[in-house]
Amino acid sequence: MSAVAVENEHTHDAHGAEKGFLRWIVTTNHKDIGTMYLVFALIMFFVGGTMALIIRAELFEPGMQFVDPQFFNSMTTMHALVMVFGAVMPGFVGFANWMIPMMIGAPDMALPRMNNMSFWMLVAGMLLMASTLFMEGGAPAAGWTFYPPLVLQTGNALPFAVFAVHLLGISSIMGAINIIATILNMRAPKMTMMKMPLFVWTWLITGFLLIAIMPVFAGAVTMLLTDRFFDTSFFDAAGGGDPVLYQHIFWFFGHPEVYVMILPTFGIASTIIPVFARKPLFGYSSMVYATIAIAFLSFIVWAHHMFTVGMPIAGELFFMYTTMLIAIPTGVKVFNWTATMWKGSMTFETPMLFSIAFVVLFTMGGFTGVMMSLAPLDFQYHDTYFIVAHFHYTLVPASVFILMAGGYFWLPKWTGNMYDEKLATLHFWLSAISVNILFFPQHFLGLAGMPRRIPDYAVQFADWNMVSSIGAFIFGFSQLIFVYVVIKTIRGKNCEKATDEVWEDAHKHGLEWTLSSPVPYHTFATPPEKIPTEHL
Amino acid sequence: MKKTKQLLAYLILMALGLRSAYASDYTLNLMKGVTKVSNDIYDLHMLVLWICVFIGIAVFGTMFYSIYHHRKSKGHKAEQFHENTTIEILWTIIPTLILIGMAIPATQTMLEMEDVKDSDMSIKITGWQWKWEYEYMSNGIHFFSSLDEKSNQARQLNSGINPRSVPHYLLNVDNPLVIPINTKIRFLFTAADVNHAWWVPELGWKKDAIPGFINESWTYVEKPGTYRGQCAELCGKDHGFMPIVIIAMEQVDYNVWVEEQLVSAKAAANSANKEWSQEELFAKGETIYANSCASCHMNDGAGMGATFPAITNSPIVTGDIDGQIKIVMNGQGMMPAFGTMLSAVDFAAVITYTRNGLGNSVGDFVQPSKIKSLLSAVPEDDD
Ligand code: HEM
Ligand SMILES: [Cu+2]
Ligand SMILES: [Cu+2]
Repeated sequence: MSAVAVENEHTHDAHGAEKGFLRWIVTTNHKDIGTMYLVFALIMFFVGGTMALIIRAELFEPGMQFVDPQFFNSMTTMHALVMVFGAVMPGFVGFANWMIPMMIGAPDMALPRMNNMSFWMLVAGMLLMASTLFMEGGAPAAGWTFYPPLVLQTGNALPFAVFAVHLLGISSIMGAINIIATILNMRAPKMTMMKMPLFVWTWLITGFLLIAIMPVFAGAVTMLLTDRFFDTSFFDAAGGGDPVLYQHIFWFFGHPEVYVMILPTFGIASTIIPVFARKPLFGYSSMVYATIAIAFLSFIVWAHHMFTVGMPIAGELFFMYTTMLIAIPTGVKVFNWTATMWKGSMTFETPMLFSIAFVVLFTMGGFTGVMMSLAPLDFQYHDTYFIVAHFHYTLVPASVFILMAGGYFWLPKWTGNMYDEKLATLHFWLSAISVNILFFPQHFLGLAGMPRRIPDYAVQFADWNMVSSIGAFIFGFSQLIFVYVVIKTIRGKNCEKATDEVWEDAHKHGLEWTLSSPVPYHTFATPPEKIPTEHL
Repeated sequence: MKKTKQLLAYLILMALGLRSAYASDYTLNLMKGVTKVSNDIYDLHMLVLWICVFIGIAVFGTMFYSIYHHRKSKGHKAEQFHENTTIEILWTIIPTLILIGMAIPATQTMLEMEDVKDSDMSIKITGWQWKWEYEYMSNGIHFFSSLDEKSNQARQLNSGINPRSVPHYLLNVDNPLVIPINTKIRFLFTAADVNHAWWVPELGWKKDAIPGFINESWTYVEKPGTYRGQCAELCGKDHGFMPIVIIAMEQVDYNVWVEEQLVSAKAAANSANKEWSQEELFAKGETIYANSCASCHMNDGAGMGATFPAITNSPIVTGDIDGQIKIVMNGQGMMPAFGTMLSAVDFAAVITYTRNGLGNSVGDFVQPSKIKSLLSAVPEDDD
């Protein structure tokens, strides 16, 4: 990509990017860093995906065919860590880097050097995490939740995994500080808070969530470290500690963490849908308030992951009620998206297709979420494939689909070339169909009694596991189309050139569409005078 | 090729909504279970499921109507509204009311589930890596329950045994938990090593077993039968292989079972005092090894990497016998303390087997009576 991009930029702008490889190491340009985040996320998506396919291959049939149970557990653990910390979160940070300055009319991020550092710390953290795969005793295998006492049985990998979490945490916090600082300080004078695109709003709120929770997670894993190596007993009942305390701390981080992955998703969906419905977003301010409400509630629902640990009844009921409450602002959002489409003049380019699939399939995840929020029901659902289905519906056809949608949506702006709509549509349909073959049967499995995180199962679960595995392989390989389309668009051979506004009337919806395509290396050196307000 | 064809045929069958030949007893939905609580849970589940289906149809229906009719290709012109206070209030209030409607029965069921008062008997359940320990508080019956031998063989990597040929593959145990029907039974849960969760779907719930903590739950089964479940909390390598089987019987049958258990417990205690020959112990030790040791040290004693060392030629196994007994009794690293898990006879048997089998030939062995006296010398640490 660099060659083409550099050339283009030099014609546009005298003071362009550094030449050669060093450009990517030392860059402080928000667009370069955004690109690096996105490329990194895509690579991690395939690394995590390979692990998922190992899992699904083993589960294709009853009996143990490919891996031993310990390695299987390492795969489930690493799959989740890689996807959460390596693919989804960096993916959204990548979009934040690229788009937030362009959306608010700023020349760059507020803290460009820190921006570079947080990217490279992310790489270091993920490499450290991945290196545990080759260590004595294997990679962590206690689940991405790292519950003690089990996690303390990890071999040599434990301290490395803990330090990896520290690095990832610092990287996320720096990223969050940067995003918040940019949004609060760098907006064009006329870009008031209540005119900001929803992607900017959701990232602002996500940034605060990240700053609040990452230190909590870092603290929790540090206590694991001292329990293992320095004779403390925070989580060891024999020394007066409490293994359940870890779960409280973890989920105080963990629940908002899932919202870290979904709020920017909401933001991008709210940006894409109005453009293709050719209508303003329905209920802009209620979207903002709903996001704030969800963020607030996300701090007081954590123990819905722990209904079966033996909480007092008051605790069970409190967390049941608060969790149910989340359905209200979430519902408002779904209704708003539907109302945005209502009486629009819709076209169905790939970003819109992915966004519609997101609204429908995320809502299905929301439904199972409401079902699980009812504590007595969760005594059946908990730790089964039903919850695996739930969170994959909220993460794959939601967060991941929207990452794809965002890619298709902005790629023409970034590269100046239109992507191949035919192939992209194929990518969409294959993904949308296979993701359901993959995850829908998992509801049945969970209800029928199959626990999660098991490498082998009773024969009555065989049918749906086979279906699910078939879906997984179709889904996995379909994603190669995405890579092909992206590379093709970047290279630009045989591609249609993108216009400046790319999508019909898009310039009414956001500042980024008022720039030329491809965007120059430096944008908004002077703040824009006119703020598009179609999204309000 | 045959596989692919099977697969294709399978997919087609699926598409037609037919069940394939294997699928004799799979279910799509939650089971009703055999207790009042499990039935309440089932009813609530169905209620909420239908509410979700209904809302889903309404929302997605509206959306797809709009996607179909409000298209640019059909020449639909976009209207520019972006607010409607009435409808926004409505779609906040109506969901709230629906949620309240769900919360009321859910609260009732929750209160019922937590009410462990007035139980007729108590059973203490301890989770171990990777088996369950059951202790009847009233009559002292006490045993371990692990994956049955057939499943255990079939589930080894590339065992060559077709899981479908094993009855109740992975859902069968050597010693099931036996309970009387029409009795309110209180369960106490704890764990010896890491967290586990005890789940029998037909009872309607699972409960975590956590080291150092005691959790409570209860059940009242009305229908005699065999009910199967599994550990539901990731507990390490063999988490998928520690099933639960409950046999619920009429009170009279239960009484007979209790009697039998007490008699055989006495016999076991006596047999620990008698003099055993090396051959007798060796023969017994082979099964004990397969059940208790092979999952980590492997069937042939070759071990697995550095975490699970080999038995064959191990300096500890081929060294001083008291040293080996001490480690097996008290555990080490990831290895649990078998002193509390095995009877004196079984313990002596497995020591004898490992020293003289699996490629070792030390030649010595230990009497159960010696183990018995060693075990009783260990200070009891009851909590
Ligand atoms: C209407 C909104 C939602 C509700 C009411 C809800 C409710 C729940 C509940 C009760 C659980 C615990 C289930 C159990 O362990 O037994 C759960 C698990 C989970 N949810 Fe949600 N959820 C919602 C939305 C989301 C969203 C938006 C995401 C992610 C983007 C998400 C991701 C997850 C994950 C990752 C888990 C499982 C974590 C684990 O145990 O490893 N959920 N959810
Ligand atoms: Cu949660
Ligand atoms: Cu387990």
